Amino acid sequence: MLNPDLVGSTITGATSTTISAESIASFALALGEPEANLAPPTFAITISLEQSQAVLVGSGLDWSRVVHGDQRFTIYKQLTAGMQIQCDSTIESARVMAGNEIVTVRSDLIESGEIAVSSWSTLVFRA
Amino acid sequence: MSIFKVGENLPSKTYIINRASLLAYANASGDQNPIHQDEDFAKSVGLENVIAHGMYTMGLVGQYVSAMAGSSSKVKEFSTRFTKPVVVPSGVDVKLVVSATVVELTDEVARLEVTATCDEVKVLGMTKAVILL
Repeated sequence: MLNPDLVGSTITGATSTTISAESIASFALALGEPEANLAPPTFAITISLEQSQAVLVGSGLDWSRVVHGDQRFTIYKQLTAGMQIQCDSTIESARVMAGNEIVTVRSDLIESGEIAVSSWSTLVFRA
Repeated sequence: MSIFKVGENLPSKTYIINRASLLAYANASGDQNPIHQDEDFAKSVGLENVIAHGMYTMGLVGQYVSAMAGSSSKVKEFSTRFTKPVVVPSGVDVKLVVSATVVELTDEVARLEVTATCDEVKVLGMTKAVILL
């Protein structure tokens, strides 16, 4: 069970990355879109995935029991090649329902001090 | 003047999910969880077979929403619930059928409710998008 004191804890900018044209093209191609130069709406997950999990390391949650429950993106600015992105991940909420622990992590992809994309991942740690 | 009407059902599109596409998505996204590639491993953790990444299914739906909007740059909000895993047996092309209804229009945006099914069973729930007009 997640220590309630961890809700609100943040990893700031551990992931800083420059988006490459190749990473957008290969992600879009995997979704069936050849020759894309704009990032698909879900591309932010390639930047936030590792860190959104890292913020929960040491939380005592059982990773062998996790499923992805919900996902939400708010896109303020289109991600394109050449953007330098800092990612901040925060444990936004944690609750227990029917014995399952439901944890939401928000990751903000920040470009030049402004949020380009916010991504909320809700993970369900099954009882 | 919007090209959409409230209550309008947008044309459906079909996307193919198979083992090769899961491998391509794993490599492009960095999500190498073996439940999306290795049948023996998937079964060892109680799954019926290899399942698609939820984010892959959502990603395909994102392509649909982008196509309806005219560009991925017009997609401002996009959310879903992962209600049912998409099972991908070896050698099978699983068909993901995506459609949407326009539920609200403002001067600037359209709100869509999106449906994604495999074999007529919904695999995502509460899938919503806000697109710029």
